[in-house]
Amino acid sequence: MSLESVLFYFFAAISIVTSILVISSKNPVLSALSLILNFAGLAGVYLTLYAQFIAVVQVIVYAGAIMVLFLFVIMLIRPEAERNYFQERKSFKMLTIGIGVIVLGQLMFLIISGTSMFTSGGHSEQSLEVGTVERIGWELMTSYLLPFEAIGFLLLAASIGAMVLAKKKFE
Amino acid sequence: MEILQIAVITLVKILIVVTLMLLTVSYLVYFERKISAWAQNRVGPNRVGPAGLLQPFADVFKLLLKEDIVPFAATKSIHTLAPMLALFVAFTTYAVIPIGPSVEIFGYKVDLVVADVNMGILYILALTSVGVYAITFSGWSSGSKYSLLGGVRSSAQMISYEISMGFSIAGVLLFAESLRPVAIVNAQSGLMWNAFVQPIGFITFVVAAFAETNRLPFDLPEAEPELVGGYHTEYSSMKFAGFFLAEYANMIIASAMIITLYLGGWQVPYIEKLGLPDYAVVLIQVTAFFVKMGVLLFFIIWVRWSLPRFRYDQLMDLGWKVMFPLSLLNLIWVAILIMIMN
Repeated sequence: MSLESVLFYFFAAISIVTSILVISSKNPVLSALSLILNFAGLAGVYLTLYAQFIAVVQVIVYAGAIMVLFLFVIMLIRPEAERNYFQERKSFKMLTIGIGVIVLGQLMFLIISGTSMFTSGGHSEQSLEVGTVERIGWELMTSYLLPFEAIGFLLLAASIGAMVLAKKKFE
Repeated sequence: MEILQIAVITLVKILIVVTLMLLTVSYLVYFERKISAWAQNRVGPNRVGPAGLLQPFADVFKLLLKEDIVPFAATKSIHTLAPMLALFVAFTTYAVIPIGPSVEIFGYKVDLVVADVNMGILYILALTSVGVYAITFSGWSSGSKYSLLGGVRSSAQMISYEISMGFSIAGVLLFAESLRPVAIVNAQSGLMWNAFVQPIGFITFVVAAFAETNRLPFDLPEAEPELVGGYHTEYSSMKFAGFFLAEYANMIIASAMIITLYLGGWQVPYIEKLGLPDYAVVLIQVTAFFVKMGVLLFFIIWVRWSLPRFRYDQLMDLGWKVMFPLSLLNLIWVAILIMIMN
């Protein structure tokens, strides 16, 4: 077994175990912790696919920023008290199970029937180049310039908006 | 090079860096106490060993032998995990910071950095963003109000200052056209240090570094009069020592980052014009790195014993209304500079 496949199975195992822990642990903070570890494992899988930029951004954005927000909410509203949520709403529980089954079915269908859709022929040198920051930056500034500028404008507006809102509250 | 050879060289580098870090951290605590004594006109530790030089070891043994108390209301697994996470982040960040140019040792070309990753700066940012969890989890899992408040405060503080830190780093990256720390250092040859080229970015980054390491004047997470000890109120023995070590290791990383990004890394201006032999140049450069680091660490400690603590709303005001616009201004300044130079 090559080094890459060893690393792949290692990170894949982390992702699978932690994602099971996310839904199985009773304590919501433990779930959040498992989700963070799951993102870290996924970042490792991206690394074995030579997608270094996506791997690091996965950690910065998901594990570093979004999960902090989740944790804040969990820690401050203490949802341990809400444990009886599904016991009170039986029909809602059925609905969630139904959605879960549908999504699982779709995933299974994709994995079993659609393997040829994901061509595994992409050679390492090519994907090595695609994953770098330089390449992604180049694509953003040439092929996707307009959407990129639009998103940049939107983000700037959002950050200024956040500042204005916060300022109003403090004064 | 063979994989085995790379592995051995990297392992040796890791060993050297970790040992150096641990030694520096323990003596940093000693120097902190000595400098605080100097600032307050006291003597400081002077009993253990000559001039108190063995004090750090005495402290570590004391902490090791103490009873490890875990509060009844604590979530034990996370309570144990938090200090480990803090130490993990503190020590792994150092992997990408170069302390010197590449040298030839016994015929092998060795870079004086553990891992010359081509996205090293993003790697550091990723680890710092994960570092928030150590404090958040320790605050939450202790099952104590003071800890929780300290943890929440600290996370809010770190997230707020990460923004101005990110924007200041963006200015440096624009100039260096690379995410590799080695390339960033190389881009600052001569007197083109980023501290001189983009002074606003330098200031915002230094302030953000203070806030990220939870040092005074930004040490609200552990403000004693309000929060007892903050997020580590309920920690004792080696777990407390873990947080303690991590704080000082973070100071070392913060100063190493400031040096790499803004103060020219290991570079000494115009040293190549002196016509010294290669090994002497490398030796001077590595020494220069550590001298710069020593000066910065002294500065950080000096600030701690000179300035009072901010109030929480002042801290947020400074972060969002002053540092964030300033770092944006710096980004525009760098863009204009690049436009003129091209």
